[in-house]
Parts: sequence; structure tokens; C-alpha cells
Amino acid sequence: MHKVNIYKGFERFWHWSQASLIIFLALTGFEVHGAFKIFGFEKAVEFHRNASWLLIGLLVFAIFWHITTGEWRQYIPTTKQLKEQIIYYFSGIFKGEPHPTEKTGLSKLNPLQRIVYLGFKLVLVPMTIISGILYMLYKTFDQNNLVVIEDYPLAGIAFWHTMGAILLMIFLVVHVYMTTTGNTPTSNIKAMITGFEEVDEVEQEGESENKITHPTHEHRYKIKKNTDVSDIHR
Amino acid sequence: MLRNLLFVIVALILALVLVNVLHKDDNYNLKLEELKHKYAIKAIPSVNHSKLKALQKEFKTPQEVTEACLSCHTETHKEIMASSHWNWERASYVEGRGISSVGKKNVMNNFCLGTNSNQKSCAKCHIGYGMTSSRFDFNNARNVDCMVCHDNSEEYLKGASMAGYPDRTVNLENVAQSVGSPRKSNCGSCHSFGGGGNNVKHGDLEVALNSCSREVDVHMGANGMNMECVACHTAKNHNMLGKLYSVSTDNTNRVTCEQCHSNTPHHSEILNRHGSRVSCQTCHIPQYAKVNSTKMSWKWSDAGKLKDGKPYEEEDSLGNHDYMSIKGSFVWARNVKPDYIWFNGTADQYILGDTIQSVPVQMNTLNGSYHDRHSKIIPVKIHVGDQIYDKVYNRLVQPKLYGETDGDSAYWKDFKWDEAVAAGMKESGLKYSGQYGFVETVMYWPVNHMVSPKDQSVGCAECHTRDNGRLAKLTGFYLPGRDRNIVQDSIGLWLFILTLIGVFGHAVVRVWMNIYRNKYEKQIISYENDKPEQ
Repeated sequence: MHKVNIYKGFERFWHWSQASLIIFLALTGFEVHGAFKIFGFEKAVEFHRNASWLLIGLLVFAIFWHITTGEWRQYIPTTKQLKEQIIYYFSGIFKGEPHPTEKTGLSKLNPLQRIVYLGFKLVLVPMTIISGILYMLYKTFDQNNLVVIEDYPLAGIAFWHTMGAILLMIFLVVHVYMTTTGNTPTSNIKAMITGFEEVDEVEQEGESENKITHPTHEHRYKIKKNTDVSDIHR
Repeated sequence: MLRNLLFVIVALILALVLVNVLHKDDNYNLKLEELKHKYAIKAIPSVNHSKLKALQKEFKTPQEVTEACLSCHTETHKEIMASSHWNWERASYVEGRGISSVGKKNVMNNFCLGTNSNQKSCAKCHIGYGMTSSRFDFNNARNVDCMVCHDNSEEYLKGASMAGYPDRTVNLENVAQSVGSPRKSNCGSCHSFGGGGNNVKHGDLEVALNSCSREVDVHMGANGMNMECVACHTAKNHNMLGKLYSVSTDNTNRVTCEQCHSNTPHHSEILNRHGSRVSCQTCHIPQYAKVNSTKMSWKWSDAGKLKDGKPYEEEDSLGNHDYMSIKGSFVWARNVKPDYIWFNGTADQYILGDTIQSVPVQMNTLNGSYHDRHSKIIPVKIHVGDQIYDKVYNRLVQPKLYGETDGDSAYWKDFKWDEAVAAGMKESGLKYSGQYGFVETVMYWPVNHMVSPKDQSVGCAECHTRDNGRLAKLTGFYLPGRDRNIVQDSIGLWLFILTLIGVFGHAVVRVWMNIYRNKYEKQIISYENDKPEQ
């Protein structure tokens, strides 16, 4: 076991700001939706709009970061080990079996996470953001007092925006719970806060190309002669 | 780790603080200040009419005053005689009718019903002298009443049932020498008293506005801008800007808030955006009839009860008549929350002779709907009631209400509907079958006055709320905060709850299995240490 830097500084900043913004947007958003009363409708609308701009700004930075660092590759989906990962959550986890996949800085997401997070990033968030922007710009005036965006039904926009919100809340619950399924119940959260997580050592000085250093790495890594460890999911 | 944790927490707090900091209180509204400045300067009249020779004489008749006016304002009568104030009608295009002349001459209402055969009484609010019947000469300039609008002495008063002539007590010399720009009291002398009493008809126009506080009307308030009616209702060539849809039909020549306040009066862009489908009045007139009560219902079918053969009146707790033998029973209300409808600026009226299309009879129809992009939500006073109609011809009838003496078939004297209707319809030139009944009617009065100070305007959550909002009755469109997709919300909520249950169940099984496993492992150990003795 040794400590590995899994989450970079920006990544952690992005994750926690996004998390708090989404929770804040949910609170204000569902108040606007009429589900409960916290800030009062007027303030809730105002806060929701301001927070949404912050989130959009944050996402711009996050997208830039993902592209420039190549971290987007972490989200390339794979079916390898996917079944094992799912089965693990429904049976192995209860029996105290080890995770079928390992977490490294190079491959920090398991196959299930890859698919779910990719869906989060490519479907759920865009759906919510785009419907939100359309919602926000509904009946916009330009400088000549002309209504620019008018003739689309608000009910449809609201439907997709609410759909996004509901799915995000379900994601939130499952996501928070899943953080407890690490080596220890808090190890994942600690990693997301500090950036470091204790992981099983990966043998880097492999002598032969075919040597398997750890049984759980069997399907995941090729240890090459030049000591590069490459993720075979790519 | 602590350092990172602190950094993250600080960053989050910063983000949330930013959200709150970005939310500022209202800035100084320069547009509003400019308007206040503009209207604070009251124009000094260029002429003092008391110094004019033409007016320094004794006037025996009001017509002589008119002649004196016309001796200087030689062509002004032409402007007056082209106006609807004079003609009591206005030609316009009406959907379904074509070009038609509509006005007090021919429309009906559910208050005092109509002018035909009652001109002598109704003409108290005609800017002319001597309208005793429908055969009034609208081409005689001598009969133009200049004083009713231009009297600044507050002495002028039109006599009751005197066909538009001034009361006999009026000192015409004083009035003639005082004339100037119309004041609230001039306009109010008719527009506050429509329907036979103060604030009966409009609900938002009444005598209290002549001297009220900003809370009652932010424009007219004596402790505010103290604006006159004509500040907004300007009158180029005596053609008054503005109209009311009890007698008007088309979307022209209207007074709008925007003519002064522009389309974007708020700092908040989201509020400005409301203006594309919500009229200013909707939010800025939270209630009407703020001082004196207004009539909400008038049942003519109750009229005619007599005590000892004589008509009588009863009053409600606020001192308003709630029963009059000559008129029927009324319901009054004060501080009324308006109703709200879609309105695109065009309307249709029930014109005497129209066949009844639906019950309650729409005395006026304000056109508009959510799907018409030119429609906006406006506040209205809805006045309901019932009134007499011809069962055979299926149309409302015009009874003769006012009469000088007993026995000339006027309802207010003789209390005989049959004779009153026969006389009224004869005067109107329409047939009457002789069989009458009472039919329910409804009339819509757009509420445009009694604008409240901005801090008292309607709050967001008064409409954007799930239950009992101001717009609860206005359905067919999506209103955030009020409307939702119930199927989506229910499925969403259940999915959320099921997820919580699933996660919780998973956790319980995990913990339980963990405890069980630990126990089992411990048992093995203790078994080793605690072998049963052989």
C-alpha cells in the first residue's frame, strides 16, 4: 500500500464547487418549482440564475482542463470488467471481496463509473444546462425591445430542465453512497479532498511484458518492457 | 489534508457569498427620476381668462358662454364635435361586425342599462346642452359644453336630469372666467360617477382620487406627483388619448404606461421581460376601490319591491345602497383584488338589438388569449348581474327608466316593466314581443388606475405559487412555480425515494454482513481457544 495522487488540485476544486453549486441550484430550483419554501420565490429565482452562471463558468474551465490535460480519456467507456463491477456491487461487496478493478492516477474510474460519468457529462449536464439557458432566455428582449426568443412552449423547456434536476438528485444520492464503498467508508471522500489515496502498489519494474503483477490487474494493464504501465481500456 | 480541506471550504463559501453579493438592492432609477422632474414642473397658463373682455358680462344661458368661447377659439368646436365625448359614438372596425359605430348611443351595460329613452337623465354626462332624446342635434355648436371640462373654479355642476344643462345655482360668469386646463375634478365629475354614483362602475376611478395619498394612486396622490388626468390622457385637437373597453373596440389611441415609462422600466431584466405578456397594471395595481366601495353585482330582477306602495332603499354596513326599489339589489366591495384575463386591445360590445349568444350575456367581450402573441394579462373588474330581456326575440331590451311624472311609463315612476320596455324599445326603434324575463349578464372593466407605489406592487410569489395564486384561474400556459408536470414530478419523486431506500437497504445489508463476518471470524478464533474438552 502506498499513497498515490489521484485527484489533481483543479480537479478537486472543480468537483467540490460543482457539487455545492448543484446542491444550491437544486435547493433554489426546486423552490422555484414550488416544491418547498426556503428563500422565497423571488430570491430563489435570483440565486438560481446567479448560481447557474457560476456553474456555466466553472464548466467552461472544467472542459478546458479535461481537454488540455488529456484527462478526458479517463471517461472513454469500456465494457471490460463492467459486468464484474456491477456484480461486485450486488454480491461481492457484501462478502468482503476485493474490488474487481484497481484505482490509479492513470485510471481512476472503474468501468461502471466511466459509463455513468460519461452519461453525466454528455447527456445529463448538457440537457439540464441547455434547457436551463433556454429557460433563462425565454422572452428575452434585445436592445430594440424586441422579443428574441418567444415561440417555444415553456412547459417543454421546464420538462427537460426538471427531468435533469430529478436525475441529478438521484445521481447525487447514489454517488454519495458509492463513495463509502472504497477501501474504507471514507477513503474515497478523503481522496477527493486531499487528492491522495492509499492504493495497492503496482509493480512498475516488470521484467517481462506478460508478467502479471497482481491478480486484479490481469485484465487491465499491460506492463511493458520500458516500464510504462498502459491502461488497456484505451 | 487540513490545508486542502480549508481551501475547498473557503472556495465554496466564496462562491456562495458571491451569489449573494451579486444580488443588489435597487439602484437609483434614473428613468423614474427624469419623469418625476418632468412632471414636477406645472405649466403656467398663458392666458388668464378673467382678464378677457369677452367673458366679463352676464351670461343668461350656458350657450352664451359657449358663444363667448367661440368668439376667440373660433374653430375649436369643430374638434369637439368630432370627438366621442360629443358624439357618444366612434366608428371602428370590429371583428365580426365590420365597420360599426359604437358608443353610448347604442351599447348596453349591466348598470343603468342604456341611454336610449333616458337621455334627459343620462345627458348629465354629455358635453352638451339639451339632449332630451335621440333626436339631439349634434351639429349645433352652441350646445357644446366647454365648462364641464374647463371649469377651474370647481363651481360648475351639471343638473340632475336636466339634459346636460348646468345646475341653476351655477354662477356662469365665475365659471367662464376661471377656465383652464381640465383638472381631476372636471374629468371625475362624470368618470367617477358612472352608473349613478361614486365609483359604481369603474372601481378604479372615483372622487377620492381628487385628493388622495400616494398609496391610493401613485400618480395622482396629493403627497406625490399630484398629476392631473390630462398629464397622461393628453388631448391633441381635443381628441382624448385613452379609451375604456365598455364602449371602445379597437387597439388604437390608447394610453399606455410605456408611453412614459418605456418598455424596460425595471432594473431587473427578468421583470422587464414579463412585459411581453403581462401588462404593467397586473403587478402595479394590487387592488382597486381602495377608498370607497364599488359595485360588483347588480340584480335588476329584484327591483320593484314596494313598501306601502312606495319605493324604498336599504343600506349595507358601509353605508352603500344594497337595495333600491328602482334599481334592484347590489353587492359592493372595497379593496378588491382584480380578476385577470388575456387581452389584446380589441373588444366587442353588446349592442342594442343583438341576439343573445350565451348566458351570462357578455356585455363586452375583451378579446385575447395566451396563444395570441399580442395579448397580455390585464387586471379587470368583473361586474355581474341580471337584467331584463325579451324572451321571444332573445335579446336584451332597453326599458325607459327615467321619467318626469307618474304615468309616462318610466319604470322609476310606475314600476311597470312591460310599459317601460315598450316605451324604451319604441324610442330605440326596435320591436318588443311583450314577454320579458331576466337574464344573467357579465361585464369586464379593465383596471388601469389606482397604481400603487412600487413597494406595494404584487410580489412574485402571489402568482408564482402552486395554490390560490392571483392567476389561478388563468390556465392553458406554463407558469413557473404554479404549474408542473404532475406525472413527471410523481415518477421523479418515487424514483428518488426508491433510490434512497435502495441505497439505505444496500448499506444495511453491507453493515450487517460485515458484522456477521467479523463475528464469524472471531468465533473461529474463539473456537480454537475454546475447544470443548475431550
